[in-house]
Amino acid sequence: MNLFCVGLSHHTANVETRERFIGHAAIDRILREALGCSEAIFLTTCNRVEVYAASEQPIPTQRIAQCLLAEGMMAEDDEIEAFYRHEAQQCVQHLFRVASGLDSMVIGETEILGQVKKAYAAARESGAAGPLLHRLFQRAFRVAKQVRTKTGITRGAVSIGSVAVDLAEQIFGHFVTRKVLLLGAGEASERTARALVKRGVRDIRVTNRSPERAVALAALIEGRAVAMEDWESHCREVDILISSTAAATPLVTREKLAPLLHDRLDRPLFIIDIAVPRDVAPDVNEMEGVFLYDIDSLRSIAQQSLDLRRQQIAAGEEIIARHVDDFSGWFVSARERGSNSPQLGDPALRVSES
Amino acid sequence: MDRGLLIISTLFFFLAMVWTTVAIKARRYRAAGFNFSAIALGFVCQTAFLTVRGHALGRCPLTNLFEVFIFLAWSVSLIYLLIGPAYRLSLMGAFTAPFVFGLQAFALLSPIDVPHPRVASPSPWLEMHASVSLIAYGAFALACVAGLMYLLQERQLKSRQINSLFYHFPPLTDLFAAITRLLWLGFVLLTFGIAAGFLTGQPLPYVKIAWSLGVWIFYAAILLARHLGTTAPRRIATLCVVAFSAALTLLWGITFLSQTHSL
Repeated sequence: MNLFCVGLSHHTANVETRERFIGHAAIDRILREALGCSEAIFLTTCNRVEVYAASEQPIPTQRIAQCLLAEGMMAEDDEIEAFYRHEAQQCVQHLFRVASGLDSMVIGETEILGQVKKAYAAARESGAAGPLLHRLFQRAFRVAKQVRTKTGITRGAVSIGSVAVDLAEQIFGHFVTRKVLLLGAGEASERTARALVKRGVRDIRVTNRSPERAVALAALIEGRAVAMEDWESHCREVDILISSTAAATPLVTREKLAPLLHDRLDRPLFIIDIAVPRDVAPDVNEMEGVFLYDIDSLRSIAQQSLDLRRQQIAAGEEIIARHVDDFSGWFVSARERGSNSPQLGDPALRVSES
Repeated sequence: MDRGLLIISTLFFFLAMVWTTVAIKARRYRAAGFNFSAIALGFVCQTAFLTVRGHALGRCPLTNLFEVFIFLAWSVSLIYLLIGPAYRLSLMGAFTAPFVFGLQAFALLSPIDVPHPRVASPSPWLEMHASVSLIAYGAFALACVAGLMYLLQERQLKSRQINSLFYHFPPLTDLFAAITRLLWLGFVLLTFGIAAGFLTGQPLPYVKIAWSLGVWIFYAAILLARHLGTTAPRRIATLCVVAFSAALTLLWGITFLSQTHSL
């Protein structure tokens, strides 16, 4: 019995290549009926296309790659070279790494686990996932959970919007009673505001040089539009100020903020300045109770989080290695018990023609 | 026998401290679990020590500086175990364990466990005064710990340099709320403790009255500043650290110099 994984990812292929091999609705059936796989699971995300399969006879990579193309298309030689192939224990290890987010473009991202679960559910529904892949994928979900909870691999935000939201959470804890003011209705501030609304913010005010744009954005995010000339008075009340105007000189300065913050010293003000050129004078950060983050400082935090995640890779690999060994042991004992399950200890499982 | 219990308790706090240090250094700190359990076990041994010592003395074990320090360490652990999990302050254990370990190690290693000559049973008000005041100090100690955490977290946010512990810290506003509650808890207990001192019916030394009222006024001023909203949380946190450091030094000084403080 061969257990293998064939696929391509952001590590081996650019997006032009990846988007050609997107598979199609009947891929499960083709893998089983035309290629002779006894079990098959097809995983596709924006960064990877992979087939996890078990078969009695070795199946060449080229044939699997051809299956992933739309009907009538032919795979080029250089495209085939972008495909990787993992056999037996390497296949197990690869799946555990993928499900845990260690193989992702953004290390530790958790979306991939949902995508793996979705691929497994689809194969289970169509009957393409048999006892071996069932056991393998169930184990992969356990491993991913352990890696996530026992290491800091998912710690810290790695995109500008999520960094801003995480920082706000470290200052305020919860968002239900927090008030937010959007100074400028740009796309970046809209994204951050949406993320805050998603986390529970209910009071969100939008102001913009063009009132129509403010009204439109306020309607989109269930906020309310306020007049641009009133932004200073709103500053007295809000907890979070997101600024992204096209002003050439700073709108928010120490001189303007000092009288506004005088009677709210016990409440912090978090300012997210995503405008270039900046809307908020840098020395505002020196004011008591004010935490100012501009686009560069948000990027810097995202980079620091990524660095922290990279430092956790070794701990994640240790957990995965233990599970790979354990999974192999399960196959050996299943064989000794006389089970018909395929075995990783079986030489036929280890050697397969590519 | 009783010192043995205290040594075991101290070892639990030492274990919590070492585990936390190693976990933080290896960037594998997880908030829950081991740390809390080690502190809880340390607390059980502290309680056993104080019970055994109390039975042997036939009174509340606050007869010398050694017992005062252990009772203070017990108060700190008690309040941490009560409020730490409730206010999502699990990381506070990482700061509490070294503090309690330091207090107990100092008490064990110093020649301060000298039996007090007085044997007559003290007034219950005097026992109440001493024990409640020390529990108040436990609350102030944790307000100091929360203040330190606030200052560290605030510094990281201001400097935009985050480390692996950043996301384990409670939010700033939660820390500030915890500081406020701990200050109130300590203040109410201290007020009760001082009032009990005046009900003993015994003449009180002038130094002790001045010290107690000085500490009470200092904390009253911090609470007033906090509720007027005119003082930044960072300054309140700093004041908590300064106030407790000063009060602890004075407690040590006065108890050391004046044997009359012991029961």
